[in-house]
Amino acid sequence: MNAASPESAVAGRARSARFHQWRGRKDAVARWLIGVGGVAVIIAVVLIFFYLLLVVFPLFTPASTELHSSAQRAEWTASPSLFLSVEEQQELGLRLAADGSIEFFRVAGGETVGTSPLLSALSDNWVLVVPANEYTGLLAAATADGRIYLLRQSFETRFDGGVDQRVIIPTIEFAYSDQPLLELAGVRLRQLALSENDSGLMLAALDEEGRLQVLKGTRRENMLTGEVSLDSSESGIVLPVPAATLAVSGDHRWVYLGDASGTVRQLAMPDLEVQRSIALDGGAITAMNMLIGGHSVLVGDEQGTISQLFPIRDDDNHVTLELIRQFDQQQAAIRQIVTEQRRKGFVALDAAGQLGIYHSTAGTLVHLQDLSGLDVQALALAPRANGLLLQGEDGELSLLEIDNEHPEISFASLWQKVWYENYQQPEYVWQSSAATNEFEPKFSLTPLVFGTLKASLYAMLFAIPLALMGAAYTAYFMAPRLRQVVKPAIEIMAALPTVILGFLAGLWFAPYLEENLAGIFALLLILPPGVLLAAWLWQNYDGWAKQWLAEGYEPLILIPVLLVLGWLALWLADPLQFALFGSDLRTWLSQKAGISYDQRNALVVGVAMGFAVIPTLFSIAEDAIFGVPRSLSNGSLALGATQWQTLIRVILPTASPGIFSALMIGLGRAVGETMIVLMATGNTPVMDWNLFEGMRTLAANIAVEMPESEVNGSHYRILFLAALVLFLFTFVVNTGAELVRQRLRERYSSL
Amino acid sequence: MKMKKWISTGAPWMWLNAAAVSACLLLVGGLLLLITVRGVGHFWPAEVHEFFLETPSGDIQRVVGQIREEERVPMDRLSADDAAAIEEGSFVTRVLVKTGNRDVLGQDFRWVLQNQVIEQRTPLSMVVLEREEWGAFFGYVVGIKSAGELQQTRDVWGDFQRMLERVNDLREQAEELQQGEIGSINYRLERLRLEQRGMELAGEDDEQALAAIRQEREALQEEYRLLEEQLVDVYQEMQRDAVVMRTGSDSTTDRDLPLSTIIAAWKPNAMSLTTQLGHFFGQLGSFISDDPREANTEGGIFPAIYGTVLMVLLMTVFVTPFGVLAGVYLKEYARQGLLTRTIRIAVNNLAGVPSIVYGVFGLGFFVYTLGGSIDRLFFEAALPSPTFGTGGLFWASLTLALLTLPVVIVSTEEGLARIPRSIREGSLALGATQWETLWRTIVPMASPGIMTGLILAVARAAGEVAPLMLVGVVKLAPSLPLDGDYPFLHPERKFMHLGFHVYDVGFQSPNVEAARPLVYATALLLVIVILLLNIVAIQVRNNLREKYRGLES
Repeated sequence: MNAASPESAVAGRARSARFHQWRGRKDAVARWLIGVGGVAVIIAVVLIFFYLLLVVFPLFTPASTELHSSAQRAEWTASPSLFLSVEEQQELGLRLAADGSIEFFRVAGGETVGTSPLLSALSDNWVLVVPANEYTGLLAAATADGRIYLLRQSFETRFDGGVDQRVIIPTIEFAYSDQPLLELAGVRLRQLALSENDSGLMLAALDEEGRLQVLKGTRRENMLTGEVSLDSSESGIVLPVPAATLAVSGDHRWVYLGDASGTVRQLAMPDLEVQRSIALDGGAITAMNMLIGGHSVLVGDEQGTISQLFPIRDDDNHVTLELIRQFDQQQAAIRQIVTEQRRKGFVALDAAGQLGIYHSTAGTLVHLQDLSGLDVQALALAPRANGLLLQGEDGELSLLEIDNEHPEISFASLWQKVWYENYQQPEYVWQSSAATNEFEPKFSLTPLVFGTLKASLYAMLFAIPLALMGAAYTAYFMAPRLRQVVKPAIEIMAALPTVILGFLAGLWFAPYLEENLAGIFALLLILPPGVLLAAWLWQNYDGWAKQWLAEGYEPLILIPVLLVLGWLALWLADPLQFALFGSDLRTWLSQKAGISYDQRNALVVGVAMGFAVIPTLFSIAEDAIFGVPRSLSNGSLALGATQWQTLIRVILPTASPGIFSALMIGLGRAVGETMIVLMATGNTPVMDWNLFEGMRTLAANIAVEMPESEVNGSHYRILFLAALVLFLFTFVVNTGAELVRQRLRERYSSL
Repeated sequence: MKMKKWISTGAPWMWLNAAAVSACLLLVGGLLLLITVRGVGHFWPAEVHEFFLETPSGDIQRVVGQIREEERVPMDRLSADDAAAIEEGSFVTRVLVKTGNRDVLGQDFRWVLQNQVIEQRTPLSMVVLEREEWGAFFGYVVGIKSAGELQQTRDVWGDFQRMLERVNDLREQAEELQQGEIGSINYRLERLRLEQRGMELAGEDDEQALAAIRQEREALQEEYRLLEEQLVDVYQEMQRDAVVMRTGSDSTTDRDLPLSTIIAAWKPNAMSLTTQLGHFFGQLGSFISDDPREANTEGGIFPAIYGTVLMVLLMTVFVTPFGVLAGVYLKEYARQGLLTRTIRIAVNNLAGVPSIVYGVFGLGFFVYTLGGSIDRLFFEAALPSPTFGTGGLFWASLTLALLTLPVVIVSTEEGLARIPRSIREGSLALGATQWETLWRTIVPMASPGIMTGLILAVARAAGEVAPLMLVGVVKLAPSLPLDGDYPFLHPERKFMHLGFHVYDVGFQSPNVEAARPLVYATALLLVIVILLLNIVAIQVRNNLREKYRGLES
């Protein structure tokens, strides 16, 4: 009615146009939103991959450095620097010079912030200042006339005016006593070595005439005053061969000497007898120092080679020094080796002005820096090893900034055998927890990868026969009505949380297996013949039950048979093992056969993880076999082949791509499984195929160690690397399974 | 039939394959049976036996406890004394007895050799006490004490039960005070502290604002003091009564047990089937609704159920839109080409990636990268203690959402694929836009498929533990992630989880043997939930197939 009026018709059209416009807009928005949702999935996958890569990447980026001049102190040329140090924040430095002057200075700019008359009051001619190997702040300073004093330097950081206002207070004072610790009258010292630990200190001095004097001091604390003093004992010998370099071990048991013929000698305390001499054929030894931990000695020679040696304990508890590894990337005589304070790394300066930054465990030269233009007289490595303070002969101060976060990681240290401190030979070891800086972290991924493969192998060994044979029967022989029940019943097990499988494996199956080891093996032996016997009997039986259970229901007949056989196996196990082994199998294995037995072992994992993989394998393989066209099997049967021949020769080859992809996907699941392995093994990273020993897998290792690893530390990044390895492995397996399936499908499509 | 001919037909092989199916079925069935029997056994009032033993040295020992398991061991596994009494090379049956009374005996379990038992009986008056600490207590009730005085009463057992009821009421009151109101005040005090710190950081800490905060704090502290007094009163009331028990094992001395330490008492040997059933369901109920005790090895698992459900719900909120959108995009919008192929490969790969890798990604990206940034931007006042920069409910749900994304995508796609072309074409031919077709026609029809995907995703997420261990699950969460304190949902809080509970109690607890039945019970609950979810999903899918069978043809 109203629509007849022209105005309302116009309005209606306009309204309808607006409505259409609005619908169109809504459609466009939906299209856009849904597109975003779809693409977000790819972004998620890519993000996971790239994020893992991003975290792992710094492990493999080479170290970089940046050198800049920070100050000019021309007046320092008057007296050479004997010792230089820099504190953690690289704000303040300390210099001890030959005239006895002590000066704290600002690294940037070089202004003096404090001086101390401690040494200059005693003498104006000092020859040596060395720090303790352990960087406890203890210094030994020697005068030209053979007096040796102990000093302690410290940099205390205070936050007086809130978090942003940091004040660093440097101090230096006499340690233990203001009297000389050692007096070697009238001789000029050539070398000093100092080590300090909780129980005391050890100081060794070598003079120009080839005399070696060693002082061992034991800390004694006065309970009342808290005053610390030293009980010291001295020993000294005249060396038959004059030595050029000197070092003392952190446990205060050994003194190491290097000489002009290139021989390193290990002297035992307290008699200073030669325990071992090792000739390094690199010419005269020119520098020596102890790596942090006081175990390894680093030896530099005139050809620029640096050798790492440490004592190892053989099976007879006999300790000998061994040459472990050599670094030969530098060409000129090594002038000085400075070790890092918190890692097993060191820097070496040679006569040609080249500076090498090394890491001992990784066995690599991390970075080589040309400092020949600087004419370096003294250097100091910052406590975090992220900066090196250099002083040239002309008094110029320079700071070398070092970005070297993960020197301990190299291809060799991750995948190859490494000779770690305290080990008799190179080995694959994963031992990441570091209680102290002195501990050498062992990051070999090989035992973890080995453990992963071992666990998956045993799991597949258990799962493949059961799952594939079961799949073949279910798809080809089983009565359709039974199949409708059996297939979902097995498939639903894929949904069972693995934490429950792991819990049962660890707390129920592992102890049960230990008690009934013989029974389980008897079961393996007894099952196939028992099943065949039952089948033969059934074949010749002709009673009412046969009418009732037609063909295709064989598994139902076999269930009671299996139960009886299982009971029989367990019942037979006791007499059987006593007859064969004289005791129970478990005791026989560990006592007579010498096979070590862990309660939570690879067999337990194999069964439990196999159980987790069976539904996956079964489901995909069954689908593949069931999907083979009936025409193929009918043709084969019509030509006179038996059911079994048809299955083996016709059905299985046709279905093989599907079976192959089932295996791949099952393997992918086994490799990444975490909870079962975590709970069903002892998680010890051993490398042994022994069925009765445990393992540690990549996935379980991540679960165990990730929560306590320091964010962005080497350990954290290596765990990310392990995750990346797992990610890539499953990526390759999944994509590979897909490709193979497609190719084989094409090949068989002509059938 | 001749054996040879039978073999040549290949029938033996077929039978072996059939045996593989039977073995798989037996494994599946046996596993479920094992969990069910052991899990249910946790709640059943087991009989308490009294054994009289004659040891090789001639002593007579009395052992009281519940039989846990029985096994046959060879003699060389026994101690020299025990083995001497047995024939060389033979086996002996031994029984693991849960003796309880850890505070008296120092241990929970002991082995009893069957050949040493001279008498075994189940006395009707034997009482089992469930206690706050030290595990169960087995013994006989001798008398009851009130305010230190032994009570003269004819019905000791009845009075004891009544006193126990009273104490349990008081305990409930105390818990309500402690966890409800006092916990709430603590939370509000912490929020005040953060508010003040936030003002300081923003430079708005003028005298007026500070005074307001101070006033509020004092009010809260006053309230706190009052509640604390009430609590002390309740505790004192609880201390009033005690029960005198005789242990029944070797020691014959009587012990006073304050009722405040006792939760329940029953006479397992004197129970009829109905009382046993009643006890069973009572125990089941408190298992589901109580908090854990004694480092999780006793008590209930309520916080774990709560945490699991909440985490899964939150995950569903995240995964549904993205999963469904991606599925719809792949099936309805995207041109079937290189891009869709890539997305399908990506989805496939997501499904195959080990769950622990998601955990690593969640920890690194969600917790440290995103969470760290959120903390710096919005929760500066709480620093250096992290708010979102540490694992929690939110990140755990997000991580699991990523993990279950492929399940939802694949099911959505499958659901959409089952809808015949003709329906789309019909809708479009009537002038509907693509969105209208989708929203009004396709999605409602495909919704059972989408539901299937979601149910499967929930089932998967509920059972997944490995990634959660990295992104926020804890063995004991101090407070629930959803409670009465503003803003009610606390997605940054850590939570407890059933699967992790199984792992933690079964493998990390100090007394694994004693906690084992509880782990079985927890596992049973988890299995039932997950199997039910899966069965529902399968049913939904089957119904859907039936529904559209007619349309397809």
